[in-house]
Amino acid sequence: MAMVYPKSVKYRVWATHAGLLAFILLIVFPLAMVVSISFRTGNFATGSLLPENPTLEHWYLALGFDYIAEDGTVSKPPFPVLLWLWNSVKIAVVSSFLILLLSTTGAYAFARLRFALKSTILKSMLIFQMFPPVLSLVALYALFDQLGNHISWLGIDTHGAVIAASLGGMALHIWTIKGYFESIDQSLEEAAIVDGATTWQAFRYILLPLSVPILAVVFILAFIMNIMEYPIASVLLLNVDKLTLAVGAQQYLYEQNYLWGDFAAAAVLSGLPITVIFLYCQKWIVGGLTAGGVKG
Amino acid sequence: MSKNIIKWAALGVTTLFAFYLVIALYAQNQYAFAALFLVVLGSAVYIFGSRRAYAHRYIFPAIGGMVIFVIFPLIYTIGIGFTNYSASNLLSFERVTNQLLSREYLTGPELIDFKIYHQNPEYIIQLELPNGELLETPPFEFEIQGKEPLQVLPAKSIPISEPLKIRDIVRLKDKLRGVILTTGDTNLSLAGLRQFGAMSPLYTQQEDGSIYNNQEGKLYTPNHDTGFYEDESGKELSPGWTVNIGWDNYLKVVTDPSIREPFIQIFIWTVSFAGLTVLFTLALGLLLANLLQWELIKGKGFYRMMLILPYAVPAFISILVFKGLFNQNFGEINLVLEGLFGIRPDWFSDAGLARTMLLIVNTWLGYPYMMLLCMGMLQAIPRDLYEASAMDGATPIDNLFQITLPQLIRPLLPLLIASFAFNFNNFVLIALLTGGAPDIIGATTPAGTTDLLVSYTYRIAFQDSGQNFGLAAAIATAIFILVGSLSLLNLKLSKVQV
Repeated sequence: MAMVYPKSVKYRVWATHAGLLAFILLIVFPLAMVVSISFRTGNFATGSLLPENPTLEHWYLALGFDYIAEDGTVSKPPFPVLLWLWNSVKIAVVSSFLILLLSTTGAYAFARLRFALKSTILKSMLIFQMFPPVLSLVALYALFDQLGNHISWLGIDTHGAVIAASLGGMALHIWTIKGYFESIDQSLEEAAIVDGATTWQAFRYILLPLSVPILAVVFILAFIMNIMEYPIASVLLLNVDKLTLAVGAQQYLYEQNYLWGDFAAAAVLSGLPITVIFLYCQKWIVGGLTAGGVKG
Repeated sequence: MSKNIIKWAALGVTTLFAFYLVIALYAQNQYAFAALFLVVLGSAVYIFGSRRAYAHRYIFPAIGGMVIFVIFPLIYTIGIGFTNYSASNLLSFERVTNQLLSREYLTGPELIDFKIYHQNPEYIIQLELPNGELLETPPFEFEIQGKEPLQVLPAKSIPISEPLKIRDIVRLKDKLRGVILTTGDTNLSLAGLRQFGAMSPLYTQQEDGSIYNNQEGKLYTPNHDTGFYEDESGKELSPGWTVNIGWDNYLKVVTDPSIREPFIQIFIWTVSFAGLTVLFTLALGLLLANLLQWELIKGKGFYRMMLILPYAVPAFISILVFKGLFNQNFGEINLVLEGLFGIRPDWFSDAGLARTMLLIVNTWLGYPYMMLLCMGMLQAIPRDLYEASAMDGATPIDNLFQITLPQLIRPLLPLLIASFAFNFNNFVLIALLTGGAPDIIGATTPAGTTDLLVSYTYRIAFQDSGQNFGLAAAIATAIFILVGSLSLLNLKLSKVQV
């Protein structure tokens, strides 16, 4: 298509560029500020975006080392940030793996098999997915309190409980994978079944190898959602050493104990890897988010 | 063949485990949990045992997870909404009765100081009477002595070892409680960590289930409507137990002005917060998507990457970053504002400012999602519509309202409703940024001007000293109904085909 542009379009393009850049500066300001603050001396320092006397004090503490200032005072790390990050990653990896495993088989049945109440189950899954877990926290707490009496690794203040609770949120992922399965031609599997393969074999050896890309997307999506999970972990985890990053990070900014500089270093340290993973995978994540939500 | 053996063995183990769990829960009067596991594990055994339910094996784990961790808690919460479950009515009737019956009071004239000596493996308790006379028990072992009273006799000699420190007495407290000393005519038992006294049970249970207070000489009867033991005048004994109180929690929200006023205020704020968030993020997202769509703009990859940055940073980190930046005294935002305009707004103590701040932060967090959605959907609008409008000399504003919006609104509507529902329940933002502050004045429940309904229920249940789980659950049920109807509407609008 050939459009004819008036001469004034040149200025409009420049104006758009300038506008976008100004907007980006505004958007990035808070993030740039945090990076800058993490290099400032002390917890109440103010100053320009480029710190005048950059110090690694907060970074030492975030990485778990003692920091010895020039006057000889020693500061200890206030919180075990790396341990929290490790807890978060551990919980997120295990639960994303379980979610992937269980929602793949579920999605296969919804995409390919016929059974009673299929559409009712699918629709009610979509509806129940909308209920925020915050509202049933009392019940969840009671549930894990009871379970813990009989199965110790599923009790209150265990990572097992947080992982188990995350298994309630598989509907979104089932929808995403189901949509992908339906876009793959059935004839290969049908041919295999005619040749004597079982349903499970058709799924395991034909459909699954074709679906690796969507499985990667769902894994990453589940991983990020689990890393960011706050309400359930905040009620189920009690011990400082058991906390996830999402629950622990707020302890830096209590009124009585305001560790702004230490928080900044910890935030950059733990937020950066997650941000990079997200940016790297954003194309697939966005596709998954929109496809799973709207299309049948 | 061997596969079959493994399968049946696994099924057998599951059945046994299910049997154990259900019976154990039932025995502890946890009927709701017993029923849950009976249903889930029972259907697991049926589905994996029967050939007819083959397809259901694939979906069972997902459905099971949903039943246990989403649907059951939901039903359980609705159930709690009809009870008075709270910090003052936490236990069951049996546990409350046992607790009251185990209370004791002092019947004798005075308390007697004691020391305890340890001569491995035996112990000696020495009493010092107010007149200075020393009495002591023969050496004894807790396990062997049991409930048999110990005869105390005048002390013969000063023991060699040092008496136990208070720390060790605390450790022995439970064992010491069981010890009864007798001087011949009176029985003494533990009355605090340093003294023995003539103690007897405070309450005696009568045949009709009421309990008699031996000290006051008053009768307390259990009232199963309020969940307390009460005397004739209605005075309640604490602790109480959990009872069903019907619609009282719901009526309280409607009738009690100290709950109703904040509830209505919070409800209006919740709806406006969710609505305005959707509006702002959509407006900003649509504008940016339109700009990025323009074929004359170079460097789209860079812009796109920078613009979705707020979406990529974990929300719990960026919310806390904003909490620091908006700080009144040393936050960077106030430093900039002071430099430019000489003002220093107090973002966290003024209701209007706090709400503005929440909307700013939430727009920052949410616009990239809308932008990405709009970018996808703008692609689908046929280009010739714009060409035709260009022929007619339409302005960009005309294009927006005559072509773009009407074309977008149909596919976008279900996503906007979902976004509304999400922000209606945006607990993490409130919990991490303001915690609901500043508080609403005159509310009996912990209610803040920036609280959303979800954070309000969370605070009633977990932060208030009263821990009123019943009231919180009742409000949660109301939100369930609202969210449920929103998602039903959504399902209708998006015409989900299954």
